[in-house]
Amino acid sequence: MAEEMRIVLRNYGKIDPLKIDDYIALGGYDSLNKARSMSNPDLISEVKASNLRGRGGAGFNCGMKWNFAYQAQADQKYVICNADEGEPGTYKDRLIMENDPHTLLEGMAICAYAIGATKGYIYCRGEYPSVAKTLKLAIAQAKEKGVLGDFSIEVRLGAGAYVCGEETALIESIEGKRGEPRIKPPFPPVIGLWGKPTIVNNVETFANIPVIVEKGSAWYAAIGTPSYPGTKVVTLTGDVANKTFFEVPTSTTIREVIFQFGGGIAAGKEFKAVQIGGTSGAFIPASQLDTQIGFDAMTAIGAALGSGAVFVLDESRDLIDVTARIAKFFAHESCGKCAPCREGTMRVHDLMDKINGGKGVSADIALLNKLGRVMSYSCLCGLGQAAPSPVLSTIEHFSADYNAKLM
Amino acid sequence: MDYQEILAKYADMPGGMIEAFHAIQEELSYLPEEAIIEAAQVFGKPVAQAYGVATFYSMFSVKPRGKNVIRICESAPCHVAGAAEVVAALEKELGISMDSSTADGRFALEFTECVGQCQGTPVITINGKPYVDVSPAKISGILAEYK
Ligand SMILES: Cc1cc2nc3c(=O)[nH]c(=O)nc-3n(C[C@H](O)[C@H](O)[C@H](O)COP(=O)(O)O)c2cc1C
Ligand code: FES
Repeated sequence: MAEEMRIVLRNYGKIDPLKIDDYIALGGYDSLNKARSMSNPDLISEVKASNLRGRGGAGFNCGMKWNFAYQAQADQKYVICNADEGEPGTYKDRLIMENDPHTLLEGMAICAYAIGATKGYIYCRGEYPSVAKTLKLAIAQAKEKGVLGDFSIEVRLGAGAYVCGEETALIESIEGKRGEPRIKPPFPPVIGLWGKPTIVNNVETFANIPVIVEKGSAWYAAIGTPSYPGTKVVTLTGDVANKTFFEVPTSTTIREVIFQFGGGIAAGKEFKAVQIGGTSGAFIPASQLDTQIGFDAMTAIGAALGSGAVFVLDESRDLIDVTARIAKFFAHESCGKCAPCREGTMRVHDLMDKINGGKGVSADIALLNKLGRVMSYSCLCGLGQAAPSPVLSTIEHFSADYNAKLM
Repeated sequence: MDYQEILAKYADMPGGMIEAFHAIQEELSYLPEEAIIEAAQVFGKPVAQAYGVATFYSMFSVKPRGKNVIRICESAPCHVAGAAEVVAALEKELGISMDSSTADGRFALEFTECVGQCQGTPVITINGKPYVDVSPAKISGILAEYK
């Protein structure tokens, strides 16, 4: 039987998040001191060897990313924490920041030392004003104690734009502009905030760092699934008995997440589908429930781990209605910079509404399939590339639901 | 504080226009045209760019709106948990429809996407404060806090 394992949420409920002394009493900031006693390349190698991969959705090896920024020559470098957390159904980063803000600050400070940065930003979504307050208090306390050394951190508030979670759009937003993604390459570790080498990591990624430095890369690499080791915080929503969160090793299966941790389907109904990774994730049918939640296992079934949101639907749900709602989300959140996404998300929404309203014909489904595939490779950023995935996956696995709604 | 003072406070913050807009909205609930024009000057940007920023982000409004901004999450988890009934109850209670404000300027009703409180769907926020597990029956009690 799978068991919960708390790494990033290790201090959850054990400390008063508003008191730095509580964090320090449990060994807080020891890892930062340890990191500072190591050479930068040794520290980066250690993080690389742990095989920690980004928890923000793209799954890039964290130490490898840091190395790019370390090697870049510049008078100034930046560390940014991506706390935009916009994927519907996700609140894991809020849990970490609300309950243990210093673990994030410590992770960022270790990164800053590793790459040679003195300035950091936390880009916190505008929907979390109280989290921003907690973070500012934590930063002030850390400064007063002197634990951060010459590293300073500033909190910037987002203002309600999902696309700003995309790292280059986020950078644009910190620069005070519209949050439109940049063309990559160059990638932020080379040219990022104000043109300087910049590391952007997710909150959960940073929260792993102090523990990796403390316990070593070998310890971490042995947890969960080898290609994406460690734990993942999952947040359960929809028709599941326990609408709550868990931190589990990445070798845990979807079935265990829903039926063991989540207590199964609410009100004694049957399972129909689950969407993992947020609203841009694929809908997964019962036949694939034994898939592990690790990054590569999810990709192998044409889905994505994404943010770790787990949105469960029971047998009574109208999957077409839900998918049409999701299509509206993307039409609304597309930033409009590239045509395939701006036009594509709007057309997908139109077609889904048409089918959902009982006016669709089978040619519409074929059109959705084609449009979705074109978007997945022609859109500028991950928003447009992933937007069709709920539609394409429901067409693939739940075609009967579509057919039942056709004229 | 008026918007001139607020803008002056943020003038030296690199990329501070968005922070300044938040601060102005806290006072006025929206971004008046003059404030956007002045922001462009203060931050040394074309007016078009300042207006572009003001209209890009869903939390910013360039139109006057009610003082207490009620936002209803309509993302998929809240959608299946009954967000539509909450919308109907709010519209009925306030006597206005979505995307408008009450005549006394007290409340504005808006949709939002997920606000990250999905442990308690459906969710609404008022001036950024979340209310979880909202049902039509709870609406008048919640609104009473703001009367
Ligand atoms: C549309 C879109 C939204 C995203 N939203 C987030 C987000 O809210 N939080 C996040 O950490 N990463 C988000 N990402 C991923 C970031 O671009 C980036 O990969 C990540 O912050 C890198 O950090 P990591 O390596 O620690 O995961 C988003 C990407 C896209 C394309
Ligand atoms: S889905 Fe409504 S708050 Fe997250």
